[in-house]
Amino acid sequence: MANALITPPKDAPTLVQVRELKKYFPVTQGLIFEREVGSVKAVDGISFEIQRGETLGLVGESGCGKTTAGRTILGLYPITAGSVKISDIQVKNARKEDMQILRRKAQMIFQDPYASLNPRWTVSAIIGEPLRVHKLLPDDKARENRVHELMLLVGLSPRLINRFPHEFSGGQRQRIGVARALASDPEFVVCDEPISALDVSIQAQVVNLLEELQDEFNLTYLFIAHDLSMVRHICDRVAVMYLGTIVELAGKDELYENPLHPYTQALLSAVPIPDPKKGRARQRVILSGDVPSPLNPPSGCRFHPRCPIAKAHCSERTPEWREARPGHWVACHEVK
Amino acid sequence: MGCETPSIPTAGLRERENLMTNRILEVKNLHTRFHIAEGTVYAVNGVSFHLDEGKTIAVVGESGCGKSVTMMSILRLLPSPPAEITNGQAQYMGRDLLQISENEMEKLRGKEIAMVFQDPMTSLNPVLTIGRQLSEPLRVHLGMNKQMAHDRSIQLLEYVGISDGVRHLNDYPHQFSGGMRQRAMIAMALACVPTILIADEPTTALDVTIQAQIVELVQRLRAELSMAVIWITHDLGVVAEMAERVLVMYAGHIVEEAPVDDLYEDPRHPYTLALLAALPRVDRRRDKRLRSIPGAPPNLLVEPKGCPFAARCELVLDHCREAMPPLIQVEPNHYAACWVDVTTGKPR
Repeated sequence: MANALITPPKDAPTLVQVRELKKYFPVTQGLIFEREVGSVKAVDGISFEIQRGETLGLVGESGCGKTTAGRTILGLYPITAGSVKISDIQVKNARKEDMQILRRKAQMIFQDPYASLNPRWTVSAIIGEPLRVHKLLPDDKARENRVHELMLLVGLSPRLINRFPHEFSGGQRQRIGVARALASDPEFVVCDEPISALDVSIQAQVVNLLEELQDEFNLTYLFIAHDLSMVRHICDRVAVMYLGTIVELAGKDELYENPLHPYTQALLSAVPIPDPKKGRARQRVILSGDVPSPLNPPSGCRFHPRCPIAKAHCSERTPEWREARPGHWVACHEVK
Repeated sequence: MGCETPSIPTAGLRERENLMTNRILEVKNLHTRFHIAEGTVYAVNGVSFHLDEGKTIAVVGESGCGKSVTMMSILRLLPSPPAEITNGQAQYMGRDLLQISENEMEKLRGKEIAMVFQDPMTSLNPVLTIGRQLSEPLRVHLGMNKQMAHDRSIQLLEYVGISDGVRHLNDYPHQFSGGMRQRAMIAMALACVPTILIADEPTTALDVTIQAQIVELVQRLRAELSMAVIWITHDLGVVAEMAERVLVMYAGHIVEEAPVDDLYEDPRHPYTLALLAALPRVDRRRDKRLRSIPGAPPNLLVEPKGCPFAARCELVLDHCREAMPPLIQVEPNHYAACWVDVTTGKPR
């Protein structure tokens, strides 16, 4: 991928800047004399920027590296190469003091509201933890008041403050996760599939809550999801990942109405529409085969073995990351 | 899948009779409960539906609405205790599946009524090869010998789009990708050319591009083998693509039943309406916030009284909390269980 700067569509200050980010996981062999036999290139050179107050969607199928990207951006995994800057803090090799600020300013909401809350802790302990760890409110009483406030903010009754996670439904648990993420007053929140474990009628509640909170606190979201309908609803711009690279990035309506990359086109046409007549009338691109292993990704354009329009040179040269239209970036040889 | 697929050979199999549209399954007033330490779970509360030969119905609803339990009850796959079927009938080809002996049931299960489950990794045996698992129904139900079962397994794999079936027979499930595992599961379900294929969230664990492949596969198989399909899902998008008729379930009740086009164009139950309004659309520009449904589904540990959706319903009447409305015909072939006419907002 070229190291081109992605120009944001709005004139808001940039909060998050990701440049040529790579995250490789080593694959080792041997029990005693472990040696590296290769690496899984989970994220292999992605670049984008997120403005303050914006929601950037990161979509792709399982194993495309979107979750790894989110975690590496927050410094939860060490960066293999490239750089991430969140409001003037370089995540790679950050000093301890800077990392502490970052941990407060950048938060995460996890996918599974069952696994991401400690079952032995009360709601009060869970939501209060960031306040305690960052010594924001050392006084017990003040902390409890703040937890009350946060619970009201996410639509939970403060009467439930001493309950345990198992006493809540999935949607309520995700609200606890949101309250915890907001406790340290963050600027940037990585939402990693925050609604995919929830039922349809509950998904809308959580998405609306995330939007209300964004308006109120001018939050910036990186919204990682595989549900393309919800991404269109909640995001301002959308980046499509395939096997560790971003293949297309554009404003949401531009991307959904004029997808340029053949993978994006196939992905969008595979999303079922809850409208039988429209669904039947629609042209579908059904991809054959599965996503190849990131251990040994295809040469050239990584999508070429499944691509309906691939030419010979697609397997030889990596396509350039370029701005095909204003604000619409794509990596494909065949897109004019 | 662009490639030609070999047609399924019927030699040695039950010849399908050329019947006119025929009701093959009729479930009446099914009630299933679970007796657990915390009390009784009222999982299915009077479900009635029918299935005609070669047709596809979809059962749609959120987790815990009883859609899977209904099918498991019919196939008698629920361990008792804790499960108890307290009432109901399931007429299949003149026999009540809930009354016949376990022996007879075993002969039907996997042979005439087959099921595909949500998670192909947990429903395949990890220590047996795909070939071994594929030949099992062939040998048990059809009495094939080892060689015949082997040959037919290869054909079945290729039929569901796994090319080079010979090589894959000796693979173990972990060597397959998610999409291939689901194809292998479907091949197993098809092994005896069932009359009814029950697919329980078969694409929920898969990515959208793989989901599209599986949906296409099942539609092709249904047409070629004239199977009836019951597709259980929570995804209203998949339903729109798959089904001819849709049953919407909520808290153990069928609340609406309609042909697929009517359900989406003219939903008549407040729950269906709310569900469709809560869905973001990939094919439309956003205009406003989603309309969420307040609250959560009812606690099934409480004996149902009145309409289960009453607590979350915008059009609720006092009467709704007292009595469960029956499925009322609102249009030809279109039924809704609601005391209110949603088109006018007034009581019926």
